[in-house]
Amino acid sequence: MTTEAVLIVAAALFGIGVYGALSQQSFVMLMMGIELMINGSLLALVVLWSRAAGGNPEGQMLGVVFMTVMAVEMALGFALITGVYRVRRADITEKLRRLKG
Amino acid sequence: MMDPVLVDAAFVVFAVLAIVTGYRVFRTDSMVRAAFYLLASFAAVGGIMVLLGAEFLGMVLILMMAGEMLVMAIVMVMYMMNPAGLNPMVMVHQDRVAAIAGVVAFLALAAVGLFGGFPNTPAPDPSLATAQLGRELLGNSMLVFQTAGVTLLATMIGAVAIAGARGRYGSAEDGSSEPPLQPDEEATA
Repeated sequence: MTTEAVLIVAAALFGIGVYGALSQQSFVMLMMGIELMINGSLLALVVLWSRAAGGNPEGQMLGVVFMTVMAVEMALGFALITGVYRVRRADITEKLRRLKG
Repeated sequence: MMDPVLVDAAFVVFAVLAIVTGYRVFRTDSMVRAAFYLLASFAAVGGIMVLLGAEFLGMVLILMMAGEMLVMAIVMVMYMMNPAGLNPMVMVHQDRVAAIAGVVAFLALAAVGLFGGFPNTPAPDPSLATAQLGRELLGNSMLVFQTAGVTLLATMIGAVAIAGARGRYGSAEDGSSEPPLQPDEEATA
């Protein structure tokens, strides 16, 4: 398990996430793509913390911040999906031509 | 510390699992199954993080994602068409461009990882790292920790405000009629 191997796995997860976030029509699937991107960057952060930065505690602290960002993104995403569905009955991006409520 | 060969084998298993399930998320007909594939991908990444010595972060990731994916599955059953995957589902746009963008992102980041010249020092002792993180959380980085907590609280309040029946657009029932067949008629509907 080298730093390079883990970074390649992280890059693969990020790439899949980019594909998903750009190609999916459904809001929830789109969020899954964003989650995968954060997943990849979190893995890259942890491997650099572990194998390159000598395992200092501040690096893990940044991981905690990453997870907070993840949770915020999911919570606000679900709230926006609920709001948009209530007003527009839209569940895919193509049904939303305008953002104006 | 575990046997290095064992660690390598576990890493290969987790890495393949993370990537394959991550890919399957966008290649399954059932959205609920997609949520559980994503959960499997996160669990595998959590496993790699444990192997790297970040035991606390890895376990917290698995714990958090288990709850999050269940919420995601519920949201899908509530709102989305075809949650059970009874019909084949292809819901993509600009598929080719997105695939190219994904491959380019992967190649660029993998090149950075390969040729960045990152050091390969051995992973830190997990128990020591966890103890250090605990002291950091309630010591030097307490302000960051508290800010994360307040951010989550603000997010909760904001999410309830956005998703509430009386959001900023007035009563939810006002705009909830079916959209017209022609998208351009939406304004007059």
